Amino acid sequence: MTEQVRLTVNGVAHEITVEPRQLLVHALREDLGLTGTHVGCDTSQCGACTVQLNGAAVKSCTVLAVQVDGGSITTIEGMAPEGGLHALQNAFWEKHGLQCGFCTPGMIMAAADLLAGNPDPTDDEIRHGIEGNLCRCTGYQNIVAAIREAGSTLRAGAPVPAGAQD
Amino acid sequence: MATDVLGARIKRVEDPRFITGKGRYLDDIKLAGMTYMSILRSPYAHANIRSIDTAAARAMPGVVLVLVGADIPYNPLPMAWPAGGVAGIRNNINTPRVLATDSVKWTGEGVAAVIAETVAQAVDALEAIVVEWEPLPVVVDAEKATQPGAPQLHENAPNNVVFEWTVGDKAGTDAALEAAPVIVRQRIVNQRLIPNPMEVRGDIGVYNPGTDEYTIWMSSQTPHIQRLLLSAFVMGIPEHKIRCISPDIGGAFGTKIFCYADMALCLFASKALNGRPVKWVETRRENYQSTIHGRDHITYLEIAGTREGEITGLRVKTYANLGGRLSTIGPGIPTTLYGRVLSGCYRIPNVYCEVTGVYTNTTFVDAYRGAGRPEATYVIERAMDLFADEIGLDPAELRRRNFIAPDKFPYDNPSGLGTASNGEKIYIDSGNYEPAMDMALATAGYASIDKAKADARARGKYLGIGLSTYIEVCGVAPSKWIGAVGEGWGAAMWESANLKIHLTGKVVLTMGTQPQGQGHETTYAQIVSSELGIPMDDIIVQHSDTQGTPFGYGSYGSRTASVGGTAAVKAAGKIREKARQYAAHMLEAAVDDIEVVGAEYRVKGSPEKMKTLQEVVFALDLGFSLPAGMEPYLDETAYYDTPNCTWPFGTHVAIVEIDEETGKVDLVRYVAVDDVGKKINPMIVDGQLHGGIAQGVGQALWEGAVYGDDGQLLSGSMLDYAVPRASWFPNFELGETVTPSPVNPLGVKGVGEAGAIASTAAVANAVIDALSPFGIRHLDMPYTAPKVWRAMHDKEARS
Repeated sequence: MTEQVRLTVNGVAHEITVEPRQLLVHALREDLGLTGTHVGCDTSQCGACTVQLNGAAVKSCTVLAVQVDGGSITTIEGMAPEGGLHALQNAFWEKHGLQCGFCTPGMIMAAADLLAGNPDPTDDEIRHGIEGNLCRCTGYQNIVAAIREAGSTLRAGAPVPAGAQD
Repeated sequence: MATDVLGARIKRVEDPRFITGKGRYLDDIKLAGMTYMSILRSPYAHANIRSIDTAAARAMPGVVLVLVGADIPYNPLPMAWPAGGVAGIRNNINTPRVLATDSVKWTGEGVAAVIAETVAQAVDALEAIVVEWEPLPVVVDAEKATQPGAPQLHENAPNNVVFEWTVGDKAGTDAALEAAPVIVRQRIVNQRLIPNPMEVRGDIGVYNPGTDEYTIWMSSQTPHIQRLLLSAFVMGIPEHKIRCISPDIGGAFGTKIFCYADMALCLFASKALNGRPVKWVETRRENYQSTIHGRDHITYLEIAGTREGEITGLRVKTYANLGGRLSTIGPGIPTTLYGRVLSGCYRIPNVYCEVTGVYTNTTFVDAYRGAGRPEATYVIERAMDLFADEIGLDPAELRRRNFIAPDKFPYDNPSGLGTASNGEKIYIDSGNYEPAMDMALATAGYASIDKAKADARARGKYLGIGLSTYIEVCGVAPSKWIGAVGEGWGAAMWESANLKIHLTGKVVLTMGTQPQGQGHETTYAQIVSSELGIPMDDIIVQHSDTQGTPFGYGSYGSRTASVGGTAAVKAAGKIREKARQYAAHMLEAAVDDIEVVGAEYRVKGSPEKMKTLQEVVFALDLGFSLPAGMEPYLDETAYYDTPNCTWPFGTHVAIVEIDEETGKVDLVRYVAVDDVGKKINPMIVDGQLHGGIAQGVGQALWEGAVYGDDGQLLSGSMLDYAVPRASWFPNFELGETVTPSPVNPLGVKGVGEAGAIASTAAVANAVIDALSPFGIRHLDMPYTAPKVWRAMHDKEARS
């Protein structure tokens, strides 16, 4: 038994055929080839699969693909403006907010949600705001610095440098 | 140029792909015709397999192959590092088979595999396999497993003993303890940990029936070693017919060093399917059960000395739990990487250590970040605090009185790094421990800690401060020493680098090492840029594929910068020398008259007569005009075997507060002063320290793998195992001293493990200090609130 699901991902409309038990994360990765969204656990703990569904961050391993029929999704692949980087992407790069990079897409998607609701968070608010996302490499310190930096950039409304190097 | 690039906080060149979702990890790879494997794992910790019925599974939709152990030739996985090697230590070796045949020794050992058109079909079919089990008695505790009457796991290992290994001078240490005015004894447990890289492991095996060759993508820290092990020890395939490729690795921390059954299974299955690719990616729960764990020591320590605080002896007996069967280098971790560095940074004249490696009905234990050295540091740093408490001396002062003095290097440590049979020595080559400790204590406000404790009490908190003055042996190790000590399967530990400059001046550096998040593509490029005066943008660093990279031993043991980095320096040196010779030819000058300044090759005294490296490369790579005997092209390979290990050190200071109502421990400050030698990229070094510290703090405060008495892994998912979260940590305060390593031209030591080695003991000592008003002098980790609360309220709960 399969179901037809219509969804918009990163601004592009798709129609896919899925088993009712298929998770959104697998639909994104396997059916749409968007492998930037990662699977790090099987208990909704790690947050590596975080995407935005209708403007809010969700763990895409905890959503069935059939549940998002008609929905709009943004993944890490849809974060950057054409030829540039989102302020969060740039800040993670600038502040060394990643090492192996596996948690990074989910971390950036969660951080975007955090900054949307709280544009000027304290470090403490950042640390609590990303509690649903695990990182084993960084000790979180530079992730916190990156989110703080991105918040500052977004508040200033400054243009985001496109792939700027030191 | 050189000084600008080397030592600079340069943003990582690998990051653009990771921050945009374009990394390529193993599970992101999809090949035409791919099939998917799922492994049936034992639900019992100890059982005989009476029968396995796969008929129903074979008939399930989408199933293309079902395998059981009997289908696969008997090829146990290799044991690459027995304890003690040729030193006369007997090792009773049992390693896993590709699939278990007669019995299982831990929950999670693989017994059958289904390969199907989709992952879901493979998982569905697993449920249709019927195994008739004969459950057997179980033992999970290493000390209990050695006692009479304990369940026996293997016929060749009486009392479940893998080995009994010793190091140091027993008679001298016994005498020192006998004579000492003060002796402190303590049983301490270094609990089992689950490493938890964010990416689990996986493989994709592809057999090519046209050429009889195999390709395997693997989430591995050691693709070259895996090729060797899979060919020579497991599959019986000629080495040149296997190609191993590691794609982007989502963290590893040691877990991806080893040869796992699934690797062989994917290759075997692909051949059975006439070349269809077979992909296997473990679930997180599988990762918890069937990828290696770390630590798990039970130790009896005895530390002896004078009332004035001179430590005269250290005697240690450790039971090291190695699991139900041995992982690739399991026995090497609690022996050489532990016992030989037990005395740490202290001048302790008599040290003796016995380690019993033990089989239990648990997942195998092998190298996890630090690998033996965190366990050793925990023992000696807890011992120092226990001794200081016993004689009423400040713990920092006790350390100061026993540090190896800066003029005592090179230092031969008595716990046996020492001399191999061929005379090759491993010695602690450098160090200056007091300045690092002083800096850390000053930053942490050690002098005014009593006031801080009083202030905390007024807020209902017990404040404690703890030190860890650690050393680390990394950059392991000189091949000639390893060979002579006979530890390992004859492995060497050198590294390799190939450097090519193509016609257009673009540079390709190809390495035998293997990154897992450390930023090698950046740091190696910094080295080459510095050596040759070539812009970073013109350099690419390649690795991870046995086809096209020189043989290398991979990345672990904080060895890549010191060993691999030096190989890169040497390859660049060969390039520079050949370019210099060719520049002399072009400029019609004597080679000795050519001086190299950055990327300019000048005639001494006539700087206007010069060729840029680009001009040299263009002409040399074309080869229209070559001096006699010179080959065209700039393409040089260097192999580097280090003359010694490297020896980072430092002092970490933790400050904790314990809530008097709940027993909850908060880490409120963490100060780390590390001496890792010179730094290629300080930004990356800081990141490595942050991550290492966090993992070590995790062990002290939250993490622990827990087995029930029946061998079930109770901490079997991320819901149950406390991987630390962001809000649990303060910002770490980093400082440095810089003592360049004398053994390599970069002066680097290594930093991948330092944080994890130092931090566990620092936090443990802080917690015990905070609990000292309760008369508590030791408590086993992790310091969860219930455990601490009980210790505060119940004398019986204390050690």
